[in-house]
Amino acid sequence: MTQETQAQFTPANFKSDQSVRWCPGCGDHAILNTLHKAMSTLGVAPHKTAVISGIGCSSRLPYYMNTYGFHTIHGRAAAIATGFKVANPEMTVWQISGDGDGLAIGGNHFIHAVRRNIDINIILFNNKIYGLTKGQYSPTSDRGFVSKSSPYGTVEDPFIPAELVFGARGNFFARSIDVELATSQEVLVAAARHKGTAVTEILQNCVIFNNGIHNPITDKEVRADKTIHLRHGEKMIFGKNGDKGLVQDGFLLKAVTIGEDGYTLDDVLVHDAHTPSNFLHQQLAMMDGKELPLAVGVIRDVEAPTYDQAVAEQVAEVKGRKNFGSLREMILAGETWEVK
Amino acid sequence: MKYSLSGDFDLQINSLHTLNHLFTTMLENAKVRELDKVVVRFSGDSGDGMQLAGNIFTNVSAGLGNLVSTFPDYPAEIRAPQGSLSGVSGFQVSVGTGVHTPGDSCDVLIAMNPAALKQNYRFLKPGGVIIVDIDSFKEGDLRKALFETDKPFEELGIKAQVVEVPVTSMTRAALADSGLDNKSVLKCRNIFALGLVCWLFDRPMEAALRHLRNKFAKKPAIYEANALVLQAGYNYGNNIHASVSTYRIDTENPRPGVYTDINGNTATAWGLIMASEKCGRPLFLGSYPITPATDILHELAKRKDLGVKAIQMEDEIAGVCSAIGASFAGNLAVTSTSGPGLALKSEGIGLAVIAELPLVVIDVQRGGPSTGLPTKTEQTDLMQALYGRNGESPLAVVAPASPTDCFTMAFEACRIAVEHMTPVILLSDAFIGNGSSAWRVPDADEFPEIKTPYVPAGTEGWRPYDRNAETLARYWAIPGTEGLAHRLGGLEKDATTGSISTDPANHEKMVKLRREKIARIAYDIPALEVIGREDAETLLVGWGGTYGHIRTASEELCREGEKVAMAQFRYINPLPANTGEVLRKYKKVIVAELNTGMFADYLQAKFPEVKIERINKIQGQPFQVSELKERTKEIING
Repeated sequence: MTQETQAQFTPANFKSDQSVRWCPGCGDHAILNTLHKAMSTLGVAPHKTAVISGIGCSSRLPYYMNTYGFHTIHGRAAAIATGFKVANPEMTVWQISGDGDGLAIGGNHFIHAVRRNIDINIILFNNKIYGLTKGQYSPTSDRGFVSKSSPYGTVEDPFIPAELVFGARGNFFARSIDVELATSQEVLVAAARHKGTAVTEILQNCVIFNNGIHNPITDKEVRADKTIHLRHGEKMIFGKNGDKGLVQDGFLLKAVTIGEDGYTLDDVLVHDAHTPSNFLHQQLAMMDGKELPLAVGVIRDVEAPTYDQAVAEQVAEVKGRKNFGSLREMILAGETWEVK
Repeated sequence: MKYSLSGDFDLQINSLHTLNHLFTTMLENAKVRELDKVVVRFSGDSGDGMQLAGNIFTNVSAGLGNLVSTFPDYPAEIRAPQGSLSGVSGFQVSVGTGVHTPGDSCDVLIAMNPAALKQNYRFLKPGGVIIVDIDSFKEGDLRKALFETDKPFEELGIKAQVVEVPVTSMTRAALADSGLDNKSVLKCRNIFALGLVCWLFDRPMEAALRHLRNKFAKKPAIYEANALVLQAGYNYGNNIHASVSTYRIDTENPRPGVYTDINGNTATAWGLIMASEKCGRPLFLGSYPITPATDILHELAKRKDLGVKAIQMEDEIAGVCSAIGASFAGNLAVTSTSGPGLALKSEGIGLAVIAELPLVVIDVQRGGPSTGLPTKTEQTDLMQALYGRNGESPLAVVAPASPTDCFTMAFEACRIAVEHMTPVILLSDAFIGNGSSAWRVPDADEFPEIKTPYVPAGTEGWRPYDRNAETLARYWAIPGTEGLAHRLGGLEKDATTGSISTDPANHEKMVKLRREKIARIAYDIPALEVIGREDAETLLVGWGGTYGHIRTASEELCREGEKVAMAQFRYINPLPANTGEVLRKYKKVIVAELNTGMFADYLQAKFPEVKIERINKIQGQPFQVSELKERTKEIING
């Protein structure tokens, strides 16, 4: 990508003329703006971009894009995006889903899209609540969560989105927080550049029905200590003073303070997002901000054959081998008889 | 519009001459019977290869210029217990002239074991012949088929001529030096039976061998074994011909052209490919395996050689949704399924209705409700196709009338979908999907170009719900095109701007626009055609795959002096523009269908001035011509 092509587009090129109708203070506004910015740096024209969503607050997003867009039905965005990308592989395809849309009603399509490694960029807006239906627990709500549909608390465990991605043998997983604009832009650009299914989870705040759900991790006062920004090739260091690091502890990870308990900078792990093994990636992605800091940034980014390209290559290969010009030629090459 | 009932739609060999059936026999007191067609039914265990034997016999006969029509009747179980009644698989084929159906009953029944005999002897015509593998009629075999005595023929009260052939031991003898193991040897029994039937009907060995060679192209040893057994079966017939009647079937010249044997599901797949060639958009299939529609997925998966992208998705919903995505992306998009799958796809189809995207949904109907009778035929998805969605959600529905008509109507479904920017449901069924006929390969220019409604070049300020004034169809803006980026969605849109709208008047306007768009398709489809005598007073009406039986019943009734004509609907929504005019001409209008009266209700609601009489059957089986005739006469005289 040359500097010239990157300079072709501005965020405004990706904005539609529709007025944005999310609630004031909703985390979606920040994600939308970041997406406009990220897209403007990719060198991909708006008319070569498609944004496909399911149903939910976040799924209104395509209307705010000056790209090809499709606001579809609940849970099916991944299946629709898959068909779209296979049919028209030249397009850069984004899928917008919330935690309910993507992981509850659309859970099956989500894991199969990841398994196939179709080249789409899934942004998963995780606010741990159903907003558009006014406040029911979602498949990412914590056990015991009280909501309108769980007045006495839920009695079920949530999905950790990253765990589903790794369970489905995903090759790209990144995470950000709605208010961290720079991180969001960084991971969305990385997701777009990755060939294959790229899942980016963004912790999003629903100001009306689940306000502050991520605060224990994302509050300004605690964020530096409760999160770690992973970057490929860099030491896994975090903390307000940049003095904390992640080290290997047997098969597990441990957070230490550099200079204490005999740990030095040399003991701190270096992040390798490109290693094919997902063992460490999964451990990093499962850190939840309690004993270990929640990881943001690109956690896994491994190249693998993509579904859409494999389909196209197989078609080209078989087509080239058989070399039929038309249906009629194909039929005539088979078993026929002529009547004169 | 060229897709008329009297043209290629039927079987393509237009000989009106009566075949000269030479019924030769070496028996004393022989008499020569004049038959206009011969029906053979192969039956055996589902693992006995009866479908293969039947298929080869069909192809060989079609290659000789006979009209053919087949009916594979197989169980839902892949391998039910060997020799059991539930594991019997049958394949019936009719060959001759004037063949529109596989026949109500057969002249020759091949029963490879007692279970097959028990399940199938009732399909034998009076005076027919039964051929059994007598080696498979041992005590244990009889017990598996729940016979109570060791005299199966007496127990069933069979009076027909039974030819007891030691198929198993003759097959073994033929392959004594082949080096094949016992299991492989036994697998060739069906081909011995085929050889015998080929002798019986004077089919040339070379043609049957060619089919076997193709079938076992990758297994030369198996081919060699089957070739030996085929010849052994033929020779056996030759040697015992002193005791069996043989038939020799002559043929007349059919319409010139190149022919192939085709079943309805393959014809459907090929019709889609033809439409893709004629509309200039690549073909995409998103599907999920389901009986009896899966063969469409199989065929299109093979057709990568023609650039088809056929993908197997994770479920039925993903099947239709991937197709909707592909349609938005600019492909000719199709999903294939059967009734339960159509139910799962309903919400997706509604999205295609409101987004006004071209989409073809193929429903190869089977017995329902729920899992129902997965391998049996029925016409019970009509109401689901017409109305099975939330909201005012009109779409086009078409129904092929025969295996070969699946090609034409799949093409038509695509043409309507693209030219009118709408989902179209194609209602095929298990009977025509699995049944096969000889089909003349259409010439390159026989089907019209499809006028794909691209946004006209140079359009300024195009908006996604701008419409063609004549058809009311939106334009198809292909993603990747500069200047046409737009957003679609399941939310109601403003008729003018295409933005989200909750305006009450706009919603009503859009509902009516979508409805009117479908209604106007009536001006873009052929008129309803009536077949039969001019002075008919009774019109026998059918839709979809019952054509062959209704046509035959109508012709036979005419020959018997009844004033009957018939009309088969292939365009269900909208109906042909002349429908009311046609129906009002007749004293009696009888709708015959394989459900409790869905199409009759539909017609009655649209044409209250016409009294619709009904003939219904819901047994998972096609009509029998005889029962259609009987019920029609009752209604005429009633």
